[in-house]
Amino acid sequence: MPAKTKFELKLGPATREAFGRAVVELGRENKDIVVCDADLSKSTMTTYFAKEFPDRFISCGIAESNMTAIGAGLAYAGKIPFISSFSAFVVNKGFEQLRVCVAYPGLNVKVVGTHSGVSIGEDGPSQMSVEETSLACSLPGFVVIAPADEASCKALVRAAAAYDGPVFIRTGRPKAPVIYNGGQKFEIGEAVEVAAGTDVTIIANGLLVAQSILAAETLEGEGISARVLDMHTVKPLDRDAIGRAASETGAIVVAEEHLVDSGMGVRVAQAVAEIAPCPMEFVGIENTYAESGQPDELLDKYGLVARDVAAAARKVVTRKRR
Amino acid sequence: MSKSIEELQVIAKRIRREIVEMTGAAKSGHPGGSLSAVEVVVELFFNTMKIDPKNPSWPDRDRFILSKGHGAPVLYAAMAEAGYADTPADKLNTLRKLGSMYQGHPDVRFIPSLEASTGSLGEGVSLALGMGLAARMDGRPSRIYVMIGDGESQEGQIWEAAMAGAYHKVDNVVCIVDYNQIQLDGFVKDIMEVAPLADKWRAFGWHTIEIDGNDAAAVRKAFEEAAGIKGKPTCIVAHTIKGKGVSFMENNPKFHGVAPTPEEVKLALQELQ
Repeated sequence: MPAKTKFELKLGPATREAFGRAVVELGRENKDIVVCDADLSKSTMTTYFAKEFPDRFISCGIAESNMTAIGAGLAYAGKIPFISSFSAFVVNKGFEQLRVCVAYPGLNVKVVGTHSGVSIGEDGPSQMSVEETSLACSLPGFVVIAPADEASCKALVRAAAAYDGPVFIRTGRPKAPVIYNGGQKFEIGEAVEVAAGTDVTIIANGLLVAQSILAAETLEGEGISARVLDMHTVKPLDRDAIGRAASETGAIVVAEEHLVDSGMGVRVAQAVAEIAPCPMEFVGIENTYAESGQPDELLDKYGLVARDVAAAARKVVTRKRR
Repeated sequence: MSKSIEELQVIAKRIRREIVEMTGAAKSGHPGGSLSAVEVVVELFFNTMKIDPKNPSWPDRDRFILSKGHGAPVLYAAMAEAGYADTPADKLNTLRKLGSMYQGHPDVRFIPSLEASTGSLGEGVSLALGMGLAARMDGRPSRIYVMIGDGESQEGQIWEAAMAGAYHKVDNVVCIVDYNQIQLDGFVKDIMEVAPLADKWRAFGWHTIEIDGNDAAAVRKAFEEAAGIKGKPTCIVAHTIKGKGVSFMENNPKFHGVAPTPEEVKLALQELQ
């Protein structure tokens, strides 16, 4: 694993942009790739696909339930549909259809939510998806992925297309800090260790991966050696990596841009309880809806930055030593 | 599978007997809305649809989706009659029992020859559009038939799909409304009026045909008309009688979701000789 060189917070394309580009590449390779969108293609970035493959782009209008079941019909007929909208809409409004039309028969539908979490910013809570990872994980057979940056998102969109079954991919609106500089391989269900450490493990996904790396650097200066795992696949979790984290570092922090009481944290906690119980702390959105503001302001106000991750790590290390 | 109207009427009677027997054996289920749909389902499986029950995954086949999935008995009986390997006739009376392929609502995990799992109302027309769009992209001749209920037409998603089907000119999709006037809680007009249904489908841009859906000849003629319609999908508003064929079940809301007792089964089978 990489030695701790100074992590430079450099912004790259948003994960939604990475998705939009990746699905075009997939479309060039496979004529069975079809994209459905619900009047947000200029925001979900499926507009690239629509321009290059107009005959394989299905405009569904502002009707997510219908879009989801159309996706299921396409999958029944052998297509690989990517259905896309904001996470708040594609999961919540189409949830019944995700359950009965997609999950229940186990169809090969790829659901891509964009503008996830509070970092959508100014649009405010009605558009801010903070529950959808919980909902998606509740569906039997679903794979749930929350990539951290452009490179990992592109690779995981590709992995999702190659996987035969339902997948939800959570992407975001703002530019995402670059975590990977090429060469890294990404497999569904395999966490990536982005920083080595021995005293505590920070398990993060999405925008919280970069914040966790920054937190690890701060902690390093305080004599706390923090491992950081990019748990890009929330379901199925990488139980091996979690088991190693619990047994080797003895303390775990989970950090995510999602409601803290129903997101990845509770899933990781279940795995830790089953494999090797150890003290844990959780960084996420508390039991509330946020508000309008700039993404950075919101991430800061709602406790989703390096400062919060580091505080949780200090606390969990103290608990371990008690 | 081309058959005369007379031959279809013989099959229809057999299927009605199966519906009564299987729901009776299950002691639960939905006989009324299965009986109302018999003529449409029989015409599709034994005349109109290009299907090969010995080769159920033939990619150019026509497809049928029972969006009103609670009508599963009519679909199971028709598929058993058609001879699909995964719908054995001698197992129909295991309907709704643990381990049976004949689940309470159609489930592709148990019967792979089914075109879709259904049961939560309002979703089948959208599924049909997805299949119809896929067939069009692939240049396949497949036609997709989807049957919905009149009560089911209260679901908003039906109208999302109606809008999308016309907008995308999905002319290989035919929606049939089994308009039997009764839903679980009573008469449709007393629960949430859906009339005028034909006007609604026309307004949404579908070629719309209104027929007596228990008249086998009228049903056949409607499907023949639908086959010639280009540039828009077709909706057949099929006026039917809930519980059709069994005097004490006809137009009786009780038999939407209640199975006949053993005595009622005996009486019904006498009427269906």
